[in-house]
Amino acid sequence: MTMNAISATRTRRRRRIPAALLVPAVIGLAFLILPLAGLLARTPWTELPARLAEPEMLAALRLSLITATAATALSLLFGVPIAWLLARGDFPGRSVLRALVTVPLVLPPVVGGVALLLVFGRNGIVGSWLYERFDITIPFSTTAVVLAMTFVSMPFLIVSVEGSLRGADLRFEEAAATLGAGRWTVFTHVTLPMVAPGVLAGAVLCWARALGEFGATITFAGNFPGRTQTMPLAVYLALQTDLEAAIVLSLILLAVSVIVLASLRDRWTATP
Amino acid sequence: MSGAPGPAENLADGAASAGLDAHLVVVRDTNRRDSGGHGEFRLDLRLRVAPGETVALLGPNGAGKTTALRALAGLEPISEGHVILNGAPLDRPGRRGWVPPEQRRIGVVFQDYLLFPHLNAVDNVAFGPRRRGRGRAEARALAAGWLGRVGMEGFGKRRPGQLSGGQAQRVALARALATEPALLLLDEPLSALDARTRLDTRVELHRHLAGHEGAAVLVTHDPVDALMLADRLVVVEDGRAVQEGDAESVTARPRTDYIARLVGLNLYRGKAEGHQVHLSSRPEGSGRADPRETDLGEHAVGEPLTLTAADSLDGQAFAAFAPSSVALYLSRPEGSPRNTWLAMVSGVHRHGDNLRVQLAGPIAAAADVTPAAAAQLGLEPGQEVWATVKATEIRVYPA
Repeated sequence: MTMNAISATRTRRRRRIPAALLVPAVIGLAFLILPLAGLLARTPWTELPARLAEPEMLAALRLSLITATAATALSLLFGVPIAWLLARGDFPGRSVLRALVTVPLVLPPVVGGVALLLVFGRNGIVGSWLYERFDITIPFSTTAVVLAMTFVSMPFLIVSVEGSLRGADLRFEEAAATLGAGRWTVFTHVTLPMVAPGVLAGAVLCWARALGEFGATITFAGNFPGRTQTMPLAVYLALQTDLEAAIVLSLILLAVSVIVLASLRDRWTATP
Repeated sequence: MSGAPGPAENLADGAASAGLDAHLVVVRDTNRRDSGGHGEFRLDLRLRVAPGETVALLGPNGAGKTTALRALAGLEPISEGHVILNGAPLDRPGRRGWVPPEQRRIGVVFQDYLLFPHLNAVDNVAFGPRRRGRGRAEARALAAGWLGRVGMEGFGKRRPGQLSGGQAQRVALARALATEPALLLLDEPLSALDARTRLDTRVELHRHLAGHEGAAVLVTHDPVDALMLADRLVVVEDGRAVQEGDAESVTARPRTDYIARLVGLNLYRGKAEGHQVHLSSRPEGSGRADPRETDLGEHAVGEPLTLTAADSLDGQAFAAFAPSSVALYLSRPEGSPRNTWLAMVSGVHRHGDNLRVQLAGPIAAAADVTPAAAAQLGLEPGQEVWATVKATEIRVYPA
């Protein structure tokens, strides 16, 4: 609180902001904030509890929470080791690998969904093998939702954790080694706890991204209520039939986003 | 470059001896480090430390002391030589012997302590015992005991961020000692402390080092730390040991400019013939007792000076005398002592209760005079004075 007060005072003491910057800034801010305000204004607050209790709504919410959490777990399981490799590994092609890993960050999610379909589809390289060998079909299942989410959101975790690992002081790991800790123990007992804030931030970001995933999910997993219909898909569908339902669903996603941002405010929105 | 071991590497006799026996050779490109212009830094240091003994590596920054410490701890491999602790080889490049740091019985107190920020004091100290197989409760009890021994009982629950510098230093010491290392390494253990804390902590540290049964190696650039904490000093300059011995012999007979400056002596190199020492005209140890005055001006080159000493020696020699043994006169003194020369005052500044006068001339020297004498002489830079030193005040020893 005091910190905010101090920085506010400092801001006030700065030189006046030129109008050429202020005007577009205000217009831009309005553009960013107005839609959200509009959403709040159109929310049927009185019907909200009843709306939230509708079974389709609950099913979508439940599915979204479960799949996003599962995707985050998968991302942690594989993303942290990848981040470690990128930050600490000393092998040729590391920068190429880093670029590849971050491709899903900029790739249109629909393209990601198509790519996943080509690999895990029944005729895909992995998909055909899984089908013939274990009679497993991945596309258009809840598993597909999780895979699509993981594909799109894991890079967020990797980037965040890698940054933390790069910033971590290696001398603490040396100190641990002199105290008898082997490499794995150093990682679990020193490295990981010290980069925990970065891992947490990455996981939250990853979870939020997974929760909002639309393009890859609808391409790779389809839109089956209760099985693959997550919140964003439900919003899109509801928009065509029941505007109020779409608004309620959007409100929930907005609330989640705000909570995520608030919990990350120091790491994500703080000015360096 | 790790070829067949030379005679110095023959370990047949040293292998069974207790304590540390190390020959550290580390070669490194210096282009990325502070550019000394050499292109290559080479550390070549022989080190033997008996159990219970504390040896200080004393030297200026960049001399290679910390590199030596890291090589001993196994944090940096040596390119040649060996590290043997209590008869067990830890690093022998020629023979594929390498023991990783976590398997060496070596405790390290790092310069800025490196206490794990996510663990409290007890868990920091218990970290070592835990890794070496103790149970959680047992390790904690052990850690609490060590915290008590370093005077930190009651601070166990504190995180490193909640400890002062002196407290963190003690916890770091407890953490290193809790693994009961056969060799304790301390990297500038007091340099991060303020002057007052430093004094207390130094006394404490001395007590613990005296009680430590294993060998200890202390790295410092502070002569006071080295003199007070160590049984033996190894002066390291530019990667090599330039002088070795106990505090008394090192301070009484400095062999390099660096040590002479640290202990405040005028030091010269020359050729001794009986009681005479013919100084090199531009002495190698140019005898500045204070590093601030380095400008010798045109007076630097002159007649090579010959000093007369009470000691008698032949061959290459060092001659040293204290600034306080130099007397200054405005005119050539009557019945003059043998060591008299005409010098030029190049600087005057306070030094304790006296004034230290920097002299240029045939030799660069520092002289201490009382304020009263200085007033009488009216000393100011550029002035010419006669300097004398009694023969009995000059120490001469082989170079």
